Amino acid sequence: MSERAVIDEASVPRLARGTRLQFDQHRDRWFVQAPERLFVLDPIALEIVKRCDGAATVNTIVDDLAGKFSAPRDVILRDVSALLQDFTDKGVMTA
Amino acid sequence: MNELSPPLALLAELTHRCPLQCPYCSNPLNLERTSGELTTAEWQRAIDEAAGLGILQIHFSGGEPTVRRDLEALVRHAHDRGLYTNLITAGVMLDAERIRGLVEAGLDHVQLSFQDSEPGGGDRIGGFKGGHAKKIEVAGLIRAAGLPLTLNLVVHRQNLQHLEDLIAMAVELDAHRMEIAHVQYYGWAFKNRAALMPTRAQLEAATATVTAARERLKGKVVIDYVVPDYYARRPKSCMGGWGRQFLNISPTGRVLPCHAAESVTTLSFDSVRQRPLGDIWRNSEAFNRYRGTDWMPEPCRSCERREIDWGGCRCQAFAILGDAGATDPACGLSPFHDQLVQLAETDAATAPPEFVYRRIGAG
Repeated sequence: MSERAVIDEASVPRLARGTRLQFDQHRDRWFVQAPERLFVLDPIALEIVKRCDGAATVNTIVDDLAGKFSAPRDVILRDVSALLQDFTDKGVMTA
Repeated sequence: MNELSPPLALLAELTHRCPLQCPYCSNPLNLERTSGELTTAEWQRAIDEAAGLGILQIHFSGGEPTVRRDLEALVRHAHDRGLYTNLITAGVMLDAERIRGLVEAGLDHVQLSFQDSEPGGGDRIGGFKGGHAKKIEVAGLIRAAGLPLTLNLVVHRQNLQHLEDLIAMAVELDAHRMEIAHVQYYGWAFKNRAALMPTRAQLEAATATVTAARERLKGKVVIDYVVPDYYARRPKSCMGGWGRQFLNISPTGRVLPCHAAESVTTLSFDSVRQRPLGDIWRNSEAFNRYRGTDWMPEPCRSCERREIDWGGCRCQAFAILGDAGATDPACGLSPFHDQLVQLAETDAATAPPEFVYRRIGAG
């Protein structure tokens, strides 16, 4: 059993084995497929999750989003960290 | 009537054959025979129809789905249509080669059942000698193949004393998730209710154990917990509502709103052999009978939770009251709730009778 991953700016998140990002054409929305559950993504969550490629650090992801959405970096960092910690605790992501 | 959404998931019960004989099996008492099972081509067509209808996940179950030699072909077929493929298995017929074939076919996840934390109890409850040891071995093979693993742990009065050990076993086996599920009393479990029903004190101790384990294992293993609703105050949102999110296809092709629905003997169910799946989902008598809120009696009809729990479980209302259209007696607002609690307390206070094992003809 692995230890609980705590997300920080140096973390490199990616979707865990057994999960994947998918578009649901019947309902016109993005979601993450996971064991016996679905996580529907709102537009912000989608922007975060699709950047989690196992190469980018949280820092890189936050910089990218701050540039794209012209939003304060600390606000974005807080939102990104909260989502990634939640997904990591649920086993959807690893970091 | 609310607007009808497409279903999210299909439970494909490939067969009722199983080497185990668990006395709480979710299959109906009248087990379907091998000779009537859908063929590979019929299952592939059903999977196509389900994917076309909008399902996102498919759960291959049974009986024991690995009994079917075409399991790999069906997994591949579902995977090719973009579905998330899950295998719900007792594990005892799996080996490294079969698991490799399933991974190659595109299997996403395995849910493996255990009946107890040790061989004596596990083999006795499952009615299969050597089963527990084989499951331990197979859990290792599943993890070695890189597949994510959920342990399915059904708990009741004859194994709840091992709950801490069951949780430790799941951690030891490197499961990503465990589903600790108190028995739900339909079909075989209803028949064996007195042998399975815990006391309220046992339930409360179990819930405390799970709560502590969740805290301790946060971020390491996910624990899902299903409580026994005889002792609940409000009913479960059974299947997220009748005909709202979920489809079940039986081994011979009957399409059901849940795996226990055939216990409601006042309903008849259409088959994928006779009618397109989408037509059954949208228009069949059985699916529309308890869909939405229009069918509801009081106290459900005016209840603020009517679109949260959808009136609870139709099969339970039928099993206890003989009326599938009644409020689930698990609800504290049902006039029959006290009777349900009384049944549970009486069962739990009596020495457990012998199991009636799940086998053809025993139901």
